[in-house]
Amino acid sequence: MGQLASALVIVIVGVLGCACYFYGSNFLLDKLLPSKNKPYDVVARNLRIAGYIRPWLFLGPAFLALGFYLVYPVVESFRLSFFGRSGEVFVGLSNYAWLFNSDEFYQAFKNNMLWLIVVPTAATFFGLIIAVMTDRIWWGNIAKSLIFMPMAISFIGASVIWKFIYDFRSGDDPQIGLLNAVVVFFGGDPQPWITLPFWNNFFLMVILVWIQTGFAMVILSAALRGIPDETVEAAVLDGANGFQIFYKIMVPQIWGTIAVVWTTITILVLKVFDIVLAMTNGQWGTQVLANEMFDWMFRGGGDFGRGAVVAIVIMVLVVPIMVWNIRRANAEMEGR
Amino acid sequence: MVQSSKRSPLTWLVHATVLFLVVIWTIPTAGLFISSIRDKDQLSVSGWWTALSTSEQRMVTRVTVPKKPLQEDGLYVLTGNVFEDNKQGIVTRFGDSSLRPSEFESGKVAELKRELTLTVLANGDYKMTSPKAFSSRGKRIFYTAEIPPRFTLDNYREVLGSEGLGKSFLNSLTVTIPATIIPILVAAFAAYALAWMQFPGKALFIAAVVGLLVVPLQMSLIPLLRSYNFIGDIFGVGSKGYLGVWLAHMGFGLPLAIYLLRNYIAGLPREIIESARVDGATDFDIFRKIVLPLSFPALASFAIFQFLWVWNDLLIAMVFLGNNPDELVLTGRLRELLGSRGGNWEILTASAFITIIVPLCVFFGLQRFLVRGLLTGSVK
Repeated sequence: MGQLASALVIVIVGVLGCACYFYGSNFLLDKLLPSKNKPYDVVARNLRIAGYIRPWLFLGPAFLALGFYLVYPVVESFRLSFFGRSGEVFVGLSNYAWLFNSDEFYQAFKNNMLWLIVVPTAATFFGLIIAVMTDRIWWGNIAKSLIFMPMAISFIGASVIWKFIYDFRSGDDPQIGLLNAVVVFFGGDPQPWITLPFWNNFFLMVILVWIQTGFAMVILSAALRGIPDETVEAAVLDGANGFQIFYKIMVPQIWGTIAVVWTTITILVLKVFDIVLAMTNGQWGTQVLANEMFDWMFRGGGDFGRGAVVAIVIMVLVVPIMVWNIRRANAEMEGR
Repeated sequence: MVQSSKRSPLTWLVHATVLFLVVIWTIPTAGLFISSIRDKDQLSVSGWWTALSTSEQRMVTRVTVPKKPLQEDGLYVLTGNVFEDNKQGIVTRFGDSSLRPSEFESGKVAELKRELTLTVLANGDYKMTSPKAFSSRGKRIFYTAEIPPRFTLDNYREVLGSEGLGKSFLNSLTVTIPATIIPILVAAFAAYALAWMQFPGKALFIAAVVGLLVVPLQMSLIPLLRSYNFIGDIFGVGSKGYLGVWLAHMGFGLPLAIYLLRNYIAGLPREIIESARVDGATDFDIFRKIVLPLSFPALASFAIFQFLWVWNDLLIAMVFLGNNPDELVLTGRLRELLGSRGGNWEILTASAFITIIVPLCVFFGLQRFLVRGLLTGSVK
């Protein structure tokens, strides 16, 4: 309880601190460059200078935090990728040489590619069909809410939930994992799903698809509602059936949104690490880049050089999406 | 939506498919919850979908020998009940050796070695007789019983207490509350500046925020760990602690916060802000008195995102908070339990449910804001 009280005190101190900063700095600016009861030319000059300074007072804290937590680390990671274990000895390209000769890295890279293909595709696909179907039924909102729910669950919580489903009992013991129970019910042999080579990757991906489908559904559902009714009505008059309306009229009109959903999930997939850490910790051929990077940060006291190299690989994979996002945002602002 | 007729087969197909998908999507969580309130002996031998049916269990108990021997008709007698605790059930078969644990039917009198006799009744009462005094170490009774479904909160009691989830819950709250509230203020000011103030480099700054939205956390970990160690050394304090975690969450949450809030604030009616300017209000006044109250929905949206993200985060807490049992947040504790109590599903299911209950409440309570936030964040 004392701890919680101190957290609340921190909230109050933090919020007051922020408020004091913004209030105080603006007050100071107004005092130093007064804009009242002065000759016109002084007022005009003061207002102009204050106009230059004030945005930076507003932006200051955010600017510093973004710089320290995101911009500087990107540069620093790049630098560290040329340095040794503890980041002090320059080793040239040897971390990169290690990377491209490491089977472990290839395994992780290959798995990550698999994740990148399967998860965004599956989540967007399910999201789209659920969005289309729930729009037509009276209990659609309840259904949406339930399918959206896993989004609130942590990756680690979701891992426990699914590990329970994949649970495996050898021999004739009754299976308490749902998947094996279903398999046994239909006369199959129970399997230790998360150690099955290759296929276990897909069982891990299911977890992320389960979490992300709700996100895709919400966004796509809003986009579908934005489709002008006339286009659909015209298609109906021309005798199009339900599937034709969906593929030829609706989907082409929401391509932009599908792309946004797809890339957002792609970014998430690149960063996913909790699920692999909790389910297998990269064993049985399920390693992915983010977990590999985390591994190198701490393995044997930590190898910052190799960790940084893996991080750079993740970053390089993100860059195309980043560029596309920035261009899209710029185009949008010009259109405003 | 245009529909030809309400009862077309396609409509039924849609209903059935959606129902099927909803069931698939909810069953995992439902299974977790049902399992977490089941008796742990039942949980480990039968699937949660059988939770409401009677389960047959093979169990063993050791008879307790009283200090004062009880005699009846010249024979030493021992009595008791095989269901030691408050469990109820019906004994169907019993036996005295692990080789033949269900040799006798309940109610029968079994003649054992050394002139011992044993009877176990269906309700669990047993009676053992012997011509000689019992040794202090009692014999074992094996029995097969039909146990009715039993639900309990014991699992929760255990994980909150001895497994330390109660402490972790507090730690999670301690991390989450400041890490949710403080970034909002910082981001709101920045968002206002980016939306309504003119200064050189504004477009570049906005582009940078959009770019930073997708920078993977992994890029930041190693440099930040080094910086934290460095700063900790200078001030002679440990590099791991709440302050570092709060600030890290603020840093990582800011791009989304600024982006969301800027989109919203830029969409406010120009006339309101212009007319306030004409009336001589400074930017600070406009922000405080007009923009901040009007942006409440956007602030709420971001607060929910940030809350869910911080509460559910494992990586930042693991790297910047340390791994002592006292310092673990819920996600970290759950991960640790997955390693140390991997097979004890009663512990894992109850712990997992405690971990996800707060986000689920926030989710169902404030879904409206969450959806609105997602839409401003992605579609615009």
